[in-house]
Amino acid sequence: MFTLNVNGQSHDVDVPPDMPLLWVLRDVVGLTGTKFGCGVAQCGACTVHVAGQAMRSCVLPVSALGSRPVTTVEAVGQTPAGQKVQQAWLEIEVVQCGYCQSGQVMSAAALLTHTPDPTDADIDAAMSGNICRCGTYARIREAIKLAATGRTTAMPTVPIAAPAGPGAQS
Amino acid sequence: MNAPLALNRRDLMLAGGGFTLAFTILRGGRAQAMADARPQAGDPAAAAADGAPAFAPNAFIRIDRAGPVRLVMPNVEMGQGVYTGEATLMAEELDIGLDQVVLEHAPPNEALYAMPALKMQATGGSTSTRAAWQVLREAGAVARVMLVGAAAKNWSVDPAACTVERGVVHHAASGRTATYGELAEAAARQPVPPKVTLKDPKDFALIGKSFRRLDTAAKVDGSAIYGMDASTPGMKIAVVVQCPIYGGRVKSVDDSAARAVPGVRDVIHLDDAVAVSGDHFWAAKTGADALKIEWDGGEHADFSTAALFKGLDDSSLNGKALVAREVGDVGRGGGHRLDAVYQVPMLAHAPMEPLNALVHVRPDACEIWVGTQVPVRCVDAAAAVTGLPADKIILHNHYLGGGFGRRLEEDSVRLAVRIAKPLGYPVKVIWTREQDIQHDVPRPAYHDRIGAVLGGDGLPVAWTDRVTSESVMRRWVPAGLRKDGLDSDTVEGSAEPPYDFPNLRVEWVRHDMPNGMAVGWWRGVGPTHNLFKVESFIDECAHAAGKDPVAYRRALLQKNPRVLGVLNLAAEKMGWDSPRSGGRIGRGVAVASPFGSHVCTMVEIEVSAQGEIRLLRSVSAVDCGMVVNPNTVEAQIQGGLVFGWTGALYSQITYEGGAVQQSNFNDYRMMRMNETPPLEVHIVHSSEAPGGIGEVGTAIAAPALGNAIFAATGMRIRTLPIDRGLLVQDKGAQKAVLTALPLGALVLAGAAVAGSGRSDAGEEA
Repeated sequence: MFTLNVNGQSHDVDVPPDMPLLWVLRDVVGLTGTKFGCGVAQCGACTVHVAGQAMRSCVLPVSALGSRPVTTVEAVGQTPAGQKVQQAWLEIEVVQCGYCQSGQVMSAAALLTHTPDPTDADIDAAMSGNICRCGTYARIREAIKLAATGRTTAMPTVPIAAPAGPGAQS
Repeated sequence: MNAPLALNRRDLMLAGGGFTLAFTILRGGRAQAMADARPQAGDPAAAAADGAPAFAPNAFIRIDRAGPVRLVMPNVEMGQGVYTGEATLMAEELDIGLDQVVLEHAPPNEALYAMPALKMQATGGSTSTRAAWQVLREAGAVARVMLVGAAAKNWSVDPAACTVERGVVHHAASGRTATYGELAEAAARQPVPPKVTLKDPKDFALIGKSFRRLDTAAKVDGSAIYGMDASTPGMKIAVVVQCPIYGGRVKSVDDSAARAVPGVRDVIHLDDAVAVSGDHFWAAKTGADALKIEWDGGEHADFSTAALFKGLDDSSLNGKALVAREVGDVGRGGGHRLDAVYQVPMLAHAPMEPLNALVHVRPDACEIWVGTQVPVRCVDAAAAVTGLPADKIILHNHYLGGGFGRRLEEDSVRLAVRIAKPLGYPVKVIWTREQDIQHDVPRPAYHDRIGAVLGGDGLPVAWTDRVTSESVMRRWVPAGLRKDGLDSDTVEGSAEPPYDFPNLRVEWVRHDMPNGMAVGWWRGVGPTHNLFKVESFIDECAHAAGKDPVAYRRALLQKNPRVLGVLNLAAEKMGWDSPRSGGRIGRGVAVASPFGSHVCTMVEIEVSAQGEIRLLRSVSAVDCGMVVNPNTVEAQIQGGLVFGWTGALYSQITYEGGAVQQSNFNDYRMMRMNETPPLEVHIVHSSEAPGGIGEVGTAIAAPALGNAIFAATGMRIRTLPIDRGLLVQDKGAQKAVLTALPLGALVLAGAAVAGSGRSDAGEEA
């Protein structure tokens, strides 16, 4: 049994000690914003913050977490850097398929937390572990620079529903 | 602009070739299905399953008494921005704002959602906007006519005296207003107009403007639900292990260790795969790793990439060639002759979201949660596996975490249903990245033998091009083949080059993969492979003629103003006439007309003495006709280029002993942030019909890069992926070659360096 602090909430989870944090988050805690992409820390889709540091949750055994708090994409908007990054992502229209973007947002938010005014080299260093198959890198760079200025504005949101029908759960 | 509800013109417009043509020439039952997808009254079945909206004039629009207008998306959103584009088309004619709509994924229903370009409910071939352009504007216009008609009837006024702004109908003379919601029930009683008048493009309020995408807010805060994120009560997770060799079988399994893993529920034995289900992915994965499986590789156990290319070469020389297109007589006249062989590898799609499907097989029905480009094919596959009728298969489509052609196949859903069938409980089958890459339906390899005869002015007087490959179409949509068996996708981008060649002959030789090994569509389909060859070889011709590559193309494009236009615009923006000098820096150009659009990409690169390639800057100009959303066009060109360059720089699926040798992003590399140059995109203003855009950048990327490498090093790249060993300046430095290592990756793959050194400038690579 492990006690996790995820997004400010405490969760008791009965899982094997070698179970990666990614799967604890997705399959036990029920937070699916953190994505599975490769399982071997090659793509960064699973990036979360552990005590404020960007980490690849797909290779982080839950037993290695200790008491360190975890922040996921669902709550990163409550941090100043995360909020700026999410706004900039919408303003620059970064997203395409979006599957990698949870990880991109988390890596970028960690970068800006520690390096508020990053250079291109800083961005390369912090972001080159995150693959985007849609190729949104140029806009990610632009969005990070916008977020660093803090001059973002609030965006409207439009929900998209799954088709209604018998048994629709998702 | 009066728009009769007829299909012919659009069909003709879309019949460009290949992927699109395959569908366009389908006839029979599907044609009727397509007609049914036209704006129609009632659509009671869909409406009943949809909360019985007050007004559902057709399959795409739902207006309730209160709340936003609901728009049902006939195509799937996999990053290409089509949800925003299709919503824009309907909202434009409805006279509502994009902030007044909510979007819904369409259920599988070919009768309602098959679009005329494909005649089936599928998303691919850069066809969505081209197909929806007319259909969805008409859908919006029909709804508007009925809503305004209802208001006019209530008020006993002339409908023509009413105006609409943001979903509110006004009658200026009487000062009366009514919202669409208030009018919904009365509108449902209005006759469906047989004809509608669409807006003149000069009156467009939404089309042509960069409105923010409608799907992105949920994609930056983690709330968007992909197939991978679907859940249902009682769900377990399964991991599948398929035979490493295509078509191979399980000989024996020892699953005792797997069953002993805490959290493992079941081991599912199939003849070609074994799956383990568990309380969570980790239990299932740990169980799957503990399986001891002995495989019978079967008839593919000796298949190798080396044998494949040897076979392709042999077929190219000795196989039966079908003539795709012939102009004049290529045997006529003499001059300086050039010949070359180009080869491109098999490729995996590797979408960021690995394959997955949540399936619940019950005695009376089967429910599926998945993100797919082909929902109806998935339903048919599930029906075949379960024996249930298709109307008992309930499929919930989702956002796709990338498609690129991989999700045009239903193989993963079929396998997931086979796994779920004996279990009784809902199970989400997740492919590991290794399973995803090694069990793709890969893009086929191509072998191209190309030649030209240059006349006295250095321009080609004859052009010959023989493509040799397997056919995707003959498996995927055999009815799309020409009567003599020609697969037009294999020559799309080859058969009709934009240049003025007086004599041309383009052929295709079919070379079957052994024993039906399946190959599939990959982003950019035919043009991705053909433009690499055509645009590289025209560069060879320019070099042989001693001409500048842009000037040479200009001379051949005098009768093709739209292509000439993008070439000139890109050249101006790049500053082509004032090249950077020094070092191994070079610029490449490629120009073409894929998917009904016209594009020119130029890229400036630097090649290190060790053969490393660094992209410095890229400029693209695109003319895709009328633009629905310029921001999306720019994004698709940018992303498409990265996708195409990734392929050229890194990608190949190779086989040895029948098994795929690549497994994950360490040996199936992707371009990364630190490798991506600034990507300028310039859009040509046009009033022509819209062209496709989702695959244009991918198709034009590789030849621009290859030509830049030639300019920088004198090495002509004729084989992909690019062999860095050929670009090493100093043979002694070869040991130091590494391909642009990602800074942030934990595990880095050293690139294999070919033994061959740099040959003389201009020699074949």
